[in-house]
Amino acid sequence: MSDWESVIGLEIHAQLATVSKIFSGASTAFGAEPNTQACAIDLGMPGVLPVLNREAVNMAIRFGVAIGAQIDPHSVFARKNYFYPDLPKGYQISQFELPIVGKGHISISPAEGEHKEIGITRAHLEEDAGKSIHDQFPDQTGIDLNRAGTPLLEIVSEPDMRSAKEAVAYARKIHSLVRYLEICDGNMQEGSFRCDANVSVRRKGEHELGTRAELKNINSFRFLERAINFEIERQIDLIEDGGQVVQETRLYDAERDETRSMRSKEEANDYRYFPDPDLLPVAISDEDIARIRAELPELPEQKKQRYIGELKLSDYNAELLTANRDTALFFEAALIDSPQLSAQLVNWILGDLAGALNRTGLDISAAPITPPMLAQLVARIADHTISGKIAKEVFEAMWQGEGSADAIIEARGLKQITDSSAIETLIDEVIAANPEQVEQFRAGKDKVLGFFVGQVMKQSQGKANPGQVNAILRDKLK
Amino acid sequence: MANSVIGICQGLARGEFSSVEITKDYLARMQQHNPTLNCFISVSEELALNQARQADAMRAAGNAGPLNGVPIAHKDLFCTDGVRTSCGSRILDNFIAPYDATLIEHFKRDGAVMLGKTNMDEFAMGSSNENSFYGPVANPWNIQHVPGGSSGGSAAAVAAGLAPAATGTDTGGSIRQPAAFCGVTGIKPTYGRVSRYGMIAYGSSLDQGGPFARSAEDCALLLQTMAGFDPRDSTSSEEAVPDYSARLGQGIEGVKIGLPKEYFAEGLDSRLAAVIENAIDELRKLGADIKEISLPNTGLSIPTYYVIAMAECSSNLSRFDGVRFGHRCDDPVDLEDLYKRSRGEGFGAEVKRRILIGTYALSAGYYDAYYLKAQQLRRMIKNDFQNAFENVDLILAPTTPGVAFKIGAKTDDPVSMYLQDIYTISLNLAGLPGMSLPVGFVDGLPVGMQLIGNYFDEAGLLAAAHSYQQVSDWHLQTPDLES
Amino acid sequence: MTLKSDDIRNIAHLARLHIEEDAISDYVNDLTSILSLVDQMNAVDSSGVAPLSNPLDASQRLRTDEVTETSQRDKFQQIAPDVADGFYRVPKVIE
Repeated sequence: MSDWESVIGLEIHAQLATVSKIFSGASTAFGAEPNTQACAIDLGMPGVLPVLNREAVNMAIRFGVAIGAQIDPHSVFARKNYFYPDLPKGYQISQFELPIVGKGHISISPAEGEHKEIGITRAHLEEDAGKSIHDQFPDQTGIDLNRAGTPLLEIVSEPDMRSAKEAVAYARKIHSLVRYLEICDGNMQEGSFRCDANVSVRRKGEHELGTRAELKNINSFRFLERAINFEIERQIDLIEDGGQVVQETRLYDAERDETRSMRSKEEANDYRYFPDPDLLPVAISDEDIARIRAELPELPEQKKQRYIGELKLSDYNAELLTANRDTALFFEAALIDSPQLSAQLVNWILGDLAGALNRTGLDISAAPITPPMLAQLVARIADHTISGKIAKEVFEAMWQGEGSADAIIEARGLKQITDSSAIETLIDEVIAANPEQVEQFRAGKDKVLGFFVGQVMKQSQGKANPGQVNAILRDKLK
Repeated sequence: MANSVIGICQGLARGEFSSVEITKDYLARMQQHNPTLNCFISVSEELALNQARQADAMRAAGNAGPLNGVPIAHKDLFCTDGVRTSCGSRILDNFIAPYDATLIEHFKRDGAVMLGKTNMDEFAMGSSNENSFYGPVANPWNIQHVPGGSSGGSAAAVAAGLAPAATGTDTGGSIRQPAAFCGVTGIKPTYGRVSRYGMIAYGSSLDQGGPFARSAEDCALLLQTMAGFDPRDSTSSEEAVPDYSARLGQGIEGVKIGLPKEYFAEGLDSRLAAVIENAIDELRKLGADIKEISLPNTGLSIPTYYVIAMAECSSNLSRFDGVRFGHRCDDPVDLEDLYKRSRGEGFGAEVKRRILIGTYALSAGYYDAYYLKAQQLRRMIKNDFQNAFENVDLILAPTTPGVAFKIGAKTDDPVSMYLQDIYTISLNLAGLPGMSLPVGFVDGLPVGMQLIGNYFDEAGLLAAAHSYQQVSDWHLQTPDLES
Repeated sequence: MTLKSDDIRNIAHLARLHIEEDAISDYVNDLTSILSLVDQMNAVDSSGVAPLSNPLDASQRLRTDEVTETSQRDKFQQIAPDVADGFYRVPKVIE
């Protein structure tokens, strides 16, 4: 592996979150009964014509601006001609020579502390095909054209990635960005965010690219990493055994964790691209672009830098918080109430909250604990009303819907004991009950202090302030 | 009974007859003559009578639209909801359109009655109406001869009095050439003037729908209904629609008319040339200023047109695959078989030829040499016209190189058929409006003269034609169908 | 430009058109003669000329993003060759 280098590029198809299709007024909502959202235009009926959805164009421009790319002032739609039953017109309306978005770039963090710029060659608009269902009928394939005509933004990266980890970091970054921009919901299970990987290998030091294989049918980041790693191994083994990599499309099989050549669907397809005569060039002015730029929300990179610069978060934490827009917004909402508690909030959000979300499979936007609720909990620790340990109990109770931090602390009587005389009384009781350990401590066994602290905490049901317990104990045991 | 659109409108308004009566009249004539002429693929008798009854009721209620009660025939290329729309092809023989073309909606809106769907060259590909799955159409002036194409059925129907007017489409001359061969008046509007939504596509950047009728006056009425912006067609123009009828009488005093020297050279039958000369003289007498112009790239127009039209149609016709509508072969063994046999059985030879050439022209390695080159030549041809229109208001030319030829005379050699389009094709490439009107006869067959206008000057064309038709009666002549 | 039988077979495959073997030579002849017609374009120098796609040189109009269509599945599927459970059906495709 060490003399070899892998070269990876990703093609991502992001389904744009418009309510209607790119060229017709049918709905794009997911999950409808077959062919109930396919109008005459989506069905490719004789005589129908496409008209372009303004919002799809706006969304593409938003993406282009966010990656620092040129927006073509006169992009052109082209027909990509091939026959397949889920492609009703026998051609897909896409963009070829003049895509709407040109060259851009995005920075990724494949591992803590690492940064890399990945180039994006272009992004263009096109229509999605329908779905072919192979398991509904014994000897036939069923065609559902609900999805036909849904707008896609095809984002093509430069072959700048050198490992599966980098590829996944890039895919996650694009995923995060399209969600930030509110142009795509990023739901990989429903197919609204699809990644295809182009993978090739070459010996280190070689400048020419090896022959690449295109990997498809990958619907999670985990599978993306596995598929790419499998393919790299496969290609290296093949070449080392004297074989040659063939340019082809390979499907990833998640069950067997391998890639397989597709049956000759790909026989060097001649798509016969030409400008679609039913559509005219899309004119985009500098004013259009400026307006869209002004309306952009704060983007992940900007947010991250702001967290580092103004809030003094670490690069790592800032990256994690900004990876998901909902997480960042949660954090910012909580900060409103308690701006001075940013460090603690970060820990709770990335720690206990993330853990609970993971366990229950919820999105942060559906969490039973709201930003103000979390802010209150953190404030109660900071003002010593409860200890950090008790706070975990309170968090669990909040998660189960028992109410706010204050309500729970009150109901369960969890307030920390900070009254010195009360603590002294507890300590006296414990000292009196454990003369042997007192001897041991006074004899020089420092560790025994922990035993006493534990006993006091137990006596107080964990509510005694640990710092005060420690100080008073030492004093009394002298 | 009246046989012009204007005459029918006036008769209906004066209560001389009802729409039901006049519709029945036309239906009877269709029944009598269609077996010989074969103008109609589908006759929508019940629908027509329902529409006629509705029109009469609207008129009685004081709600008569501009074409209320007027029977019209439609080329079988326009989708008509609930009525077969075949495009003259076996592949759509069983296709009942599930929606109305915008143009059909306009006619319904204005109260017209649909008599039926007219025969045509398959998918509008042809210049003689010999390429139809439903058999050739006969020219009413001489049934051994072709009516022209691709809108042969519509032109012949109007010429034979089986309909007072009809719609057609023109991609390379398919309204103008049959109008010339059948001795009727027809106009192809500016590209984008009439909506293409529901007009089954052949050459998307060239196709336009337009009317056939007995006079420019009638065409003006029809064009008024057909024209206008359609948000469902991205190539539809928002240019305002003038009142065509109001401008008919503007005369041609001082109008500068150019005669392109390339169109009056060899290749034009000398007897036709003589007939057209007479018509030109009439225009001079009416005050037109006739001058010679040049359209130097005329010779390139045929290859340029055919590359573009064939490339576009090869893609437009991919949707006819036996999956969602239309002809499907029996017992397909796999998907490939389904496609190949459904399409192989469904399409005629000319359509297959054009799909093959179009596919070839767009295929890897040939795009630059064919398609891209043709688009460049197209701009050069457009520029020729733009230059000419700096110095003239209208251009006058023959419509065809000869009169209607015999059925079967050109079917052995596709190229000789393509050369029929020499005078009509250029303006489709440029997107300009053009019309043909009858100006005489040679060997008992009509001769048409073509007028070409600048963008959106349909009113100028119609006015010029109208001026001529005020001092001539070629357009009033009708063939004797009993002979 | 002369075409050969194999060229016809290849293009026919790209276009998914079944052509009977005994018709292939007719197509070779017809298409060759059409291509000679088309080759006349090469007689002219068009370098530097901007291609013309749309006669009016206009720009694309944009449509508001809103749902304007309701399901007409029954109407559309009434004219379909083979439908079941709301799906269009074709011979099984193996991927």
